[in-house]
Amino acid sequence: MSYMYVIPDRLKPVFGSTKGGINITMHLASTNDTLRRSNYLIKYIKRKKYLYLLLIPCIAYFIIFHYVPMYGVIIAFKDFKFSKGIIKSPWIGLDNFLFMFNSRDFHKVFLNSIILSTLRILFNFPAPIVLAIILNEIRHDKYKRICQTIVYLPHFISWAVIGSMIINFLSPTWGVVNYILKSLNFEPIAFMGKKEYFRTIVVLSNIWKETGWGTILYLAAISNINIELFEASIVDGANRWHRIVYVLLPSIRGTIIALLILNIGRMMTNGFEQIFILQNSMNLDVSEVFETFTYRIGLLSGRFSFATAVGLFTSSIGMILLVISNKLARLFGEEGIY
Amino acid sequence: MKKEYIRLNELIKLIELIEYKNGVLVAVKKIKIGSLGVDIILYVVVGLFALACLYPFVYVLSSSITPYEDYLKAPMSIIPRNVILDAYYSVLSFPLIQSGYKVTVFVTILGTFINLLLLITSAYPLSKKDLKGRRIILGFIIFTMFFNGGLIPNYYLVRSLKLLNSVWALILPGAISPFNLILMKSFISQIPDSLEESAVIDGANEIRILANIIIPLSTPAIATFALFHAVGHWNSFFSAVIYLNKRSSWPLMLVLRELVIENAVFEVGQIGVDLTVVTPFTIKMATIAVAIIPIMLVYPFLQRFFMKGLLLGAIKG
Repeated sequence: MSYMYVIPDRLKPVFGSTKGGINITMHLASTNDTLRRSNYLIKYIKRKKYLYLLLIPCIAYFIIFHYVPMYGVIIAFKDFKFSKGIIKSPWIGLDNFLFMFNSRDFHKVFLNSIILSTLRILFNFPAPIVLAIILNEIRHDKYKRICQTIVYLPHFISWAVIGSMIINFLSPTWGVVNYILKSLNFEPIAFMGKKEYFRTIVVLSNIWKETGWGTILYLAAISNINIELFEASIVDGANRWHRIVYVLLPSIRGTIIALLILNIGRMMTNGFEQIFILQNSMNLDVSEVFETFTYRIGLLSGRFSFATAVGLFTSSIGMILLVISNKLARLFGEEGIY
Repeated sequence: MKKEYIRLNELIKLIELIEYKNGVLVAVKKIKIGSLGVDIILYVVVGLFALACLYPFVYVLSSSITPYEDYLKAPMSIIPRNVILDAYYSVLSFPLIQSGYKVTVFVTILGTFINLLLLITSAYPLSKKDLKGRRIILGFIIFTMFFNGGLIPNYYLVRSLKLLNSVWALILPGAISPFNLILMKSFISQIPDSLEESAVIDGANEIRILANIIIPLSTPAIATFALFHAVGHWNSFFSAVIYLNKRSSWPLMLVLRELVIENAVFEVGQIGVDLTVVTPFTIKMATIAVAIIPIMLVYPFLQRFFMKGLLLGAIKG
């Protein structure tokens, strides 16, 4: 135990007993240290003042536009009125959440959101992997480049444009899709007016818009694979299918899993713009998802606290899903996203 | 026995396998990679998907200049037999389209400028690995990518800042994209320190280093982010739905939605356009075309940047 009391000469107490003195010296030493440290820090900041000055707008932006709204989630626990402001509005505890869990609208919205995002993970998540693998098999450089350039294009077009195109192409009076149906002797269908087509339209339009762009990350991962792996496998008699299943897919597994985790973390969100643009009064039953629901009840009906509670619920669940899926991935020996 | 292989022309999909025995060449085998049949199928699949991605745009452009009777005769056709530009005249003279265009162009230019200014000035200090407090600030930024206050607190904030119904509501709340900031930060940190050190010896401070060394060296990245931010501003309408309720302050995308989806296209007819000559359908197509033509014009530049893999390099870093 004695080594604990060995202290350097310069720190030895000038008065008092050994044992009592230690506390004093420790105390003195630590104040000296903080003093020295804060002096050093001030000097350091002075030396790097331009770098810190450059960071001020950035920090101010994140505080104002991200952390202040995070503080604003306490609206969910208050009976919030714009006239009273956040602080003066009375607390109501978990009333909004209790109301939310008992609300049939909420159940419907929850179900719609989950169904749509599950469909996304089933169809929209694998689509870019498949396209990237096919693109990788194409050896003709020019053909490949032209195709890539074209399939990336829809990503840069607004949902407002794409929604307008979809609605016109599917129109029963002048739409090209119904023209084809009619020429095949089928009855024209009002696709946008029937709620059973809504989910298909959302999934397909999303595949059309984002599959090409989604290949970018996978193609980058594929280009990182050592070409000798492929060559060795060919020499060992692997055919195209073997190469894809035993060499290519295992090599890009990390990328696939990282993107899957992010997708699972986004289970509660479906993107406001796409749904909002394709939504109408006829398909509201299946098209109302969390984003459009919070907009409708919050900004259109003015039930701010309830809408905030719904928003807080979805972002918390999203965060929890992200953490859990990342934990699971790490449990199975994958890298995960953090 | 030692085996060596040589890749031949990738197009004909052969590799040459050379076998040595005790240093003496014993055999040259040619191995075929994959069958031609499957290859053709894959080429066709990719080609069809690319066509499907392009066709709707060409279709919109062509039907916006085709007379409606011609369109009804052959709706699938993309080559117009007669060309009329009347729909464009009426669309471009419609006040809502004009104001929408003005708002969108303004927001795109000013917004992109502010995005880039903040992106560069914030990414540079964060790229300094030895800067004290850097990790804390980065953590503070990254956290916002995973959790946000949600719609109502954001709306309340914008309302309290008196930004409702102002174009600033479309610019300020998204002034820094945390994701792009991280990418830009890793791009700048790839610039060799030795370049900066010589400037430090010459007595330059960090602002001058940023202006004279870092910015010139990261022009390709800055150009990429400029194009991405500009396209983002051009396309987005979520903030406009939330924060703007006066039609005259709406950006183009919201005007497009109002005209084409909410069928306000008939208002175009009220300003002296004969809707029997120029039908609502043709006007709708012309409205869509007006909204996508600028993107089509910048796309060739845009695609040059990401095809070079510039962004990918940044993502990997």
